[in-house]
Amino acid sequence: MRDPLNKTIVNIQPSGIRKFFDIVGEMEGAISLGVGEPDFDTPWHIRDEGIYSLEKGRTHYTSNAGLKELKIEIDKFLTRRYGISYDPNTEIMVTVGGSEAIDIAMRAMLDPGDEVLIPQPSYVSYVPCAVLANGTPVIIELQEKNEFRLTAEELEAAITPKTKLLVLPFPNNPTGAVMEKADLEKIAEVVIKHDLYVLSDEIYSELTYLENHVSIASLPGMWERTIVINGFSKSHAMTGWRLGYACGPAVILKQMLKIHQYAIMCAPTTSQYAAVEALRNGDDDVKAMREEYDGRRRYLLHRFKEMGLSCFEPFGAFYMFPCIKEFGMTSDEFATRLLNSQKLAVVPGTAFGDCGEGFLRISYAYSLENLKKAMDRLEAFITELRNA
Amino acid sequence: MREKILTFIEKNSRIDLKELAIVLGVDEATVMNELEQMEEERIICGYHTLIDWDKVGIEKVTALIEVRVTPQRGMGFDKVAERIYNYPEVNSVYLISGGFDFMVTIEGKTLREVSQFVSDKLSPLDSILSTKTNFILKKYKDHGTVIAEQPKDERIQMIP
Repeated sequence: MRDPLNKTIVNIQPSGIRKFFDIVGEMEGAISLGVGEPDFDTPWHIRDEGIYSLEKGRTHYTSNAGLKELKIEIDKFLTRRYGISYDPNTEIMVTVGGSEAIDIAMRAMLDPGDEVLIPQPSYVSYVPCAVLANGTPVIIELQEKNEFRLTAEELEAAITPKTKLLVLPFPNNPTGAVMEKADLEKIAEVVIKHDLYVLSDEIYSELTYLENHVSIASLPGMWERTIVINGFSKSHAMTGWRLGYACGPAVILKQMLKIHQYAIMCAPTTSQYAAVEALRNGDDDVKAMREEYDGRRRYLLHRFKEMGLSCFEPFGAFYMFPCIKEFGMTSDEFATRLLNSQKLAVVPGTAFGDCGEGFLRISYAYSLENLKKAMDRLEAFITELRNA
Repeated sequence: MREKILTFIEKNSRIDLKELAIVLGVDEATVMNELEQMEEERIICGYHTLIDWDKVGIEKVTALIEVRVTPQRGMGFDKVAERIYNYPEVNSVYLISGGFDFMVTIEGKTLREVSQFVSDKLSPLDSILSTKTNFILKKYKDHGTVIAEQPKDERIQMIP
């Protein structure tokens, strides 16, 4: 028989955390800090609106780009929170999570040979999406000494005549790093100078603990060269609803919409109705969750300090990225031994790029009570290593 | 700061002060002073425990009693309320709007005990016109907490 498979996809590696996933599932009494989604359930009034839409029989397709009223609310939200504005008719589209938006933005923008700059450590889908879109991913390795922010020098050094697109994943999963306005201004300068485009994945934008999030699209000269990706998963604890959106210049959105139209048709209708409610009446929920995360973040930082585990202070998302280089093990070894000896699961930094070596991703999308137990286990493990 | 402390301890009054201080990002002395002051000002009126007595196998009967009263000259509702809440059997007394005046909750060991309290103590009070006793059959949710279910983390345990 002929090989049924496409060579590009065969060569893409599956996600590196599979191994841990299999062990944790089987292990009695294991605690996992490996989850990259909120522990909160979607606020009830939002769920209720989804239920109501089903009761009303709103069980049909919406228009390809999404419900008009949702797109209007998205524009209002982006305007009031980040000072960026989009025409709901031509510059906003609703997608199946931010994930779909990443995929179709790359497919709409890349030609074979175009280079895509991807700062790492970062979310696992940028590289495969770039490859599947026939682009060439070029990794920028972010540095702990810069608190894993992208610097203009690092960006400049990675640019070649083939560079077309920069992925800007902040607030960042897995490091928790943010880019403040001053950081972004320097990046914008380089981007404009080299005539690049930016794919700004701002899915964690509502979860910042220092200042309000700044979108690079709000800087002068950047709106027209930025696709902003956002969604409801992290801000409103709506991961399972699979709802996100992309905003940007109509000339790009028009092509993205074609892919979406043929591959997806439209984002889930129930989720879209629920999302309208989320944006209209959900600001207080977001604030309450943000405050809760912030308390946990402070708690973990304190515990790390107490046990002498080195970690820069992250100001975004719900992750900590402590450094474990002092123990002379790889991230994978450390995580495996931690799981076996203390039944505590964390994600090795290398799951998010080679430069994550020597780090762990610890999620604080868990109750304080759970985090306490988990930190006791981590501390016991570290003490054991140091006394060995 | 007060609002933050209160919001937190309303849900979890057992957290130790050091942890509370860390979570709120202030020093322990500040939290301790605020708590002491709020206790003194009776902003914090008590620290209670929510118990599902059914699970212990100890029978308890709770009744919500709708009470209609005639406030008497120079007494007003407050005096009548005081007459009612001074009984240790009485758990709570609320002055409410609508078809009656007070909502009184009473906890006793048996139906008989509660009924007896109503007929022997409560109803005979001068200012009380009528009472209507509603026994609670099952508690689903109390103080914002769902009684029966232990919330379970059903998320997939490793997600990038």
